[in-house]
Amino acid sequence: MVGQPDGGQVTLKAQDDYDAIIVGSGAAGGMSAYVLACSGVKVLMLEAGRDYDPVSETPMFQLPFDAPLRGAGTAEKPFGFYDATVDGGWRVPGEPYSSAEGTDFLWWRARMLGGRTNHWGRISLRMGEYDYKPRSRDGLGLDWPMSYEDVAPYYDKTEALIGVYGSNEGLENTPNSSPGVLLPPPAPRAEELLTQRICRERLNIPVVPAHLAILTQPLEADRIARMLWPNNEMARRVTAESMRTRAACYYATPCGRGCSIKANFQSPTVLLPPALATGNLDIITNAMVREVTVDANGRATGVHYIDKTTRLEEHVRARVVILTASACESARILLNSKSSLFPDGLSNGNGLVGKYVMDTVGAGVQGQIPALENMPPHNADGASAMHLYMPWWLYQDQARDQLDFARGYHIEFGGGRKMPGFGSFGGIEPLTAGSYGQRFKEDCRRYYGSFLGFDGRGEMIPNDNCYCEIDPEQVDEWGIPTLRFHWTWSDHELNQARHMQRTFEEIIETMGGHVLSTIHEDGAKAIARPGEIIHEVGGVIMGNDPSRSVLNEFCQSWEVDNLFVADGGCFVSNADKNPTLSIMAIAWRASDYIVGQMNERNL
Amino acid sequence: MTDESRSGDRTKRPHVSKRGLKLPVLGAVSMDRRQALKVIAIAAATPALVSCKPGEETSEVVMTPAPVSNPRARGDAWDPDLIAPTVPWERSLTSDELQSLAVLCDVIIPADERSQSASQLGAHDFIDEWVSAPYEANQSDKVLVRGGLVWLDSEASERFGEGTRFRELTPDQQISICDDICYVPNADSGREAAARFFDKVRDLTSTAFWTTPEGMEDLQYLGNVPLPRWDPPPPEVLQHIGLE
Repeated sequence: MVGQPDGGQVTLKAQDDYDAIIVGSGAAGGMSAYVLACSGVKVLMLEAGRDYDPVSETPMFQLPFDAPLRGAGTAEKPFGFYDATVDGGWRVPGEPYSSAEGTDFLWWRARMLGGRTNHWGRISLRMGEYDYKPRSRDGLGLDWPMSYEDVAPYYDKTEALIGVYGSNEGLENTPNSSPGVLLPPPAPRAEELLTQRICRERLNIPVVPAHLAILTQPLEADRIARMLWPNNEMARRVTAESMRTRAACYYATPCGRGCSIKANFQSPTVLLPPALATGNLDIITNAMVREVTVDANGRATGVHYIDKTTRLEEHVRARVVILTASACESARILLNSKSSLFPDGLSNGNGLVGKYVMDTVGAGVQGQIPALENMPPHNADGASAMHLYMPWWLYQDQARDQLDFARGYHIEFGGGRKMPGFGSFGGIEPLTAGSYGQRFKEDCRRYYGSFLGFDGRGEMIPNDNCYCEIDPEQVDEWGIPTLRFHWTWSDHELNQARHMQRTFEEIIETMGGHVLSTIHEDGAKAIARPGEIIHEVGGVIMGNDPSRSVLNEFCQSWEVDNLFVADGGCFVSNADKNPTLSIMAIAWRASDYIVGQMNERNL
Repeated sequence: MTDESRSGDRTKRPHVSKRGLKLPVLGAVSMDRRQALKVIAIAAATPALVSCKPGEETSEVVMTPAPVSNPRARGDAWDPDLIAPTVPWERSLTSDELQSLAVLCDVIIPADERSQSASQLGAHDFIDEWVSAPYEANQSDKVLVRGGLVWLDSEASERFGEGTRFRELTPDQQISICDDICYVPNADSGREAAARFFDKVRDLTSTAFWTTPEGMEDLQYLGNVPLPRWDPPPPEVLQHIGLE
């Protein structure tokens, strides 16, 4: 090897003396590799996709004009031509999945180094104290085995490492970060300020700075490295050196393309370079893991993977196996790891692997706001995504039983004078009565920048009917049995989606705007498809009771001591807070535990 | 598709760097905007700029050439070269259809004192690119667009004399037809498909027109340039929305 982060093919002659194998290179895999390699653990990382270098591959500043179909989404590039995702999207060529009858599940995958961290929304919200103990509060779903206080230090460390802008507002169940952790949030845009005023003054909805993993100023490399690694000189050095190569955002070009100046967080620019710099990490790309292997005593010995370039099976060994392949992909690997000791799959003695898969409740409404028409020209790009958002605010109404659903949602919103793209001014006929000619040209000028979209992102409660299993009738092109999904929303999710739409309708109308979307009475029509929000978690849940969970609070399998699942699979609830930040904090905590157990010779 | 067949000769693209924006690190270096942006993108990634404090400017520019392609990309639809995009499919409309489409595009977005017409910016050519794409929805749009073009000529023939083509009509005559199909909810029975066709061409023309550099300049879109810092909206904007 070894993969150089800024160029060169990632190749490796695998050795046989690894301490740990990590399957996957995204948020959880990248974080695990960073923490373990910094701690002196010899790590082999396997990634199912190709090598990928955001520094040289990101289309910074490229225009829709230069792209096929002006950048419109296609079957192969569903989020648009310039989206960072390689070999992925709702489908991966040669790697199908299926849905049971009545289920319409969508599964976004990215077969590339860094996985979905390359294109994600960068929204980095902490789960709060309620979110770790939801069952204790309302009797629904499951409690986590640990509390917010247990994870709080890891949120601080993760935010400091990756760089998150935001503010501490002291709102209910919306934790503050420790002093010196957050970067200053960017000033709100015009449409955000207007929305903020209307929501605060007329609707009593808080609108506060969003938290996004984007650098609004260069990281203070030495201070942060000292804070993260007070007793580890090598970790301090590689961390600070990597941080110094990251530039602050220059407020242009969308984050979803990735970032060649490393101003936002993605695993291949933030986590993998310092991990590689320790000399303790090797990476093999195009390595599609099929199963975890075990010895006669039921301990994990390594993994079988298919080398996608030769189409041949390989085996690598290590003391510890850590799955971070994404929630459902990790469940798939466990279910496919069948042996005489584990006939139903590894760590699946209680049949819970694949169970309790959750996504986020999503619903949206588009509006047109006359107050934003004919705006004086100015640059409104900003940090690509939102500068402000609305955290869930109806805790008291819920406590008084005034809502017909449990748990909450936050609101993401945006619009304004963004770069015209595919579909600009499509569907505005209700405003223009079908104008064309000179009047249409002037209508477009008038309405440009006056559209606002509101999207709810809410908590789904895990239920028995949402799970994945091995599809007995299908394998992928690597010969590996594939997943089949089952899904049924409960009324909590459907009613919440309906509530979202009504709220957004109220906001838009209070702003004097026109609602452009259909507001559904039926929550089943308002809600996004299962999987569509790309926050799927669960399926390999953690807990305190080995009979009712797969992992302990450190992501360690109850059945196989040296097997860990450190990705979103371990989640037992899916708060409205987008999961990536929590995935990384929990992976860091698990990695610290692994290092401790290795030092005590328990692993 | 080759670059040559693309609408809008790139060398004729308007320079849009004179928007009153200061490019943060370039000083007096003269180059076109795209080139400038790429240089800045690379310069910003170097430690020289990273070490600057927020808002602090530097005249040092590392003139590393911008990447012109991505050799790592496989180049197929799942892993296209995002740095130097190409359209892999052939165009499929006939030159006669393109002539008619160009006229219709200009009925939808004519030239005025601020910008050229849709066809002058290649909207009909973009629609050809769109309906020639190998995806199901695009192929379905192709049927809609080709059928609509035939309908326009039939309608012209019926209203204004045997053999008269839509593109030969006077502006008033063209408008008399388009008025009947310009809004789907108002279209008379029997004209629904024509109205859907008009709606589709208006949407595609709109995308084609406003995503060109000239279209973006017409809208006075001022982003996609690197800034040394992010400031609140200017006072006239706050005034406009009643916040100052």
